[in-house]
Amino acid sequence: MPDTSALTLVLTADPALMAIMRLSLIVSLSAALCAAVIGVPLGALLALTRFPGRQAVIVVFNALMGLPPVVVGLAVFLLLSRSGPLGSWGLLFTPTAMILAQTVLVTPIIAALARQTIEDLWNEYRDELAAMDVGPLRRVATLIRDGRLSLVTALLAGFGRAAAEVGAVMIVGGNIDGFTRTMTTAIALETSKGDLPLAIGLGMVLIVIVIIVNALAWTLRRVDERFAG
Amino acid sequence: MTMRAPVTDLPIVFEDVSFRAREVAVVADVALALAPGAPTVVVGPNGAGKTTLIRLAMGLMRPSSGRITWGGRDDVPATRRAILFQRPVMLRRSAAGNLAYALAAAGCPRAQRTARVAELIDLVGLTGLGERPARRLSGGEQQRLALARALARDPDVLFLDEPTASLDPAATKAIEDLIRAIASRGIKVVMSTHDLGQARRLAGEMVLMHRGRIVERADADAFFTAPRTAEAAKFIGGELLL
Repeated sequence: MPDTSALTLVLTADPALMAIMRLSLIVSLSAALCAAVIGVPLGALLALTRFPGRQAVIVVFNALMGLPPVVVGLAVFLLLSRSGPLGSWGLLFTPTAMILAQTVLVTPIIAALARQTIEDLWNEYRDELAAMDVGPLRRVATLIRDGRLSLVTALLAGFGRAAAEVGAVMIVGGNIDGFTRTMTTAIALETSKGDLPLAIGLGMVLIVIVIIVNALAWTLRRVDERFAG
Repeated sequence: MTMRAPVTDLPIVFEDVSFRAREVAVVADVALALAPGAPTVVVGPNGAGKTTLIRLAMGLMRPSSGRITWGGRDDVPATRRAILFQRPVMLRRSAAGNLAYALAAAGCPRAQRTARVAELIDLVGLTGLGERPARRLSGGEQQRLALARALARDPDVLFLDEPTASLDPAATKAIEDLIRAIASRGIKVVMSTHDLGQARRLAGEMVLMHRGRIVERADADAFFTAPRTAEAAKFIGGELLL
């Protein structure tokens, strides 16, 4: 008789499991949105301006796409800890701290992908927009609008990265039951405790979320191709 | 039609204009005045400087030396000039979206745009294709859409850089008919071409370029019947101008 308790937890929408899922989604979605708000304009700026050291900045951003989550967690932990520069905000071990850490983690991903998207589009559009005498602001708006599907794909990539990471949220969130416990931190904890059904149930949910995110990205790419020609 | 101030970008005057890229003179010592009237057709072999001349006249490039004026003024923004590039790029929007964008960029009030878009689409014979993604149109249709997009600027002068270089005869004829219609509406047409037959069909005035310089400039009739320079004679005779 195989152990079906993991599946039962998922299918009966176990309240503890649902609460963990909800927090995970809120934290990672908020982080992806914050990162997009910072990363897309940053990517546009990098794509459309020329300054000394630009190449180096681009390389650094591309490298930061692979930033280890635990290192980000550590950095944000030091920033928010009681004796840290932002210690007085009292944010450590709160969902806000987790959003902050994941935003730091995901911003370089979105900025780097947005820069690539906007720069490619700019190279295509440059002559036509110059001929139409389009000013800088409208130029940026046009590139973001016409590149929007690729930019949403970048956002989904950022969300996927945030939802799947464990190091940063573990360090700054503290994995507090019912408060800062996410799917990934719960899996880590329950596995080490030996409560495998909950861990496996969460693992299944996480995989489904990742598949949905990728299916969305795939669909967007297909729609994009219709216009990209 | 949008209101226009009673100033014009014409004539476009080149005073001793050169353009150098890495010390190579792409355009050298050009003196030229583009005045209202029949189409000016710029011919010459590859690398003669035709595209650069057109981009300079459009104001997309600045001369390395010399001066260009538009209606007697320097540095005039390209509000009354439009250009059809050799390989126009469609924006990632519908055909109508491309036109609406160009109209907005040219300052056409929002309330008038829909009507103007329909007008332009009909003008270039793309009726019914407005909602298609522009990049899904055929090469000839894209070229006509690009032409409509250029006209959306309501220009005094329209530059066309080898507008039919990659088109088949039917699509070429459609473009040539449009160019004739545009010229008859009082818009100054300045175009480059490789196609001597096309030059004969459209030109009021001919400019022959060779190695960055203007070798001969004459009324089309005179150019084709009594060329003054050896280069022009060779070019008309279908010989290779090296």
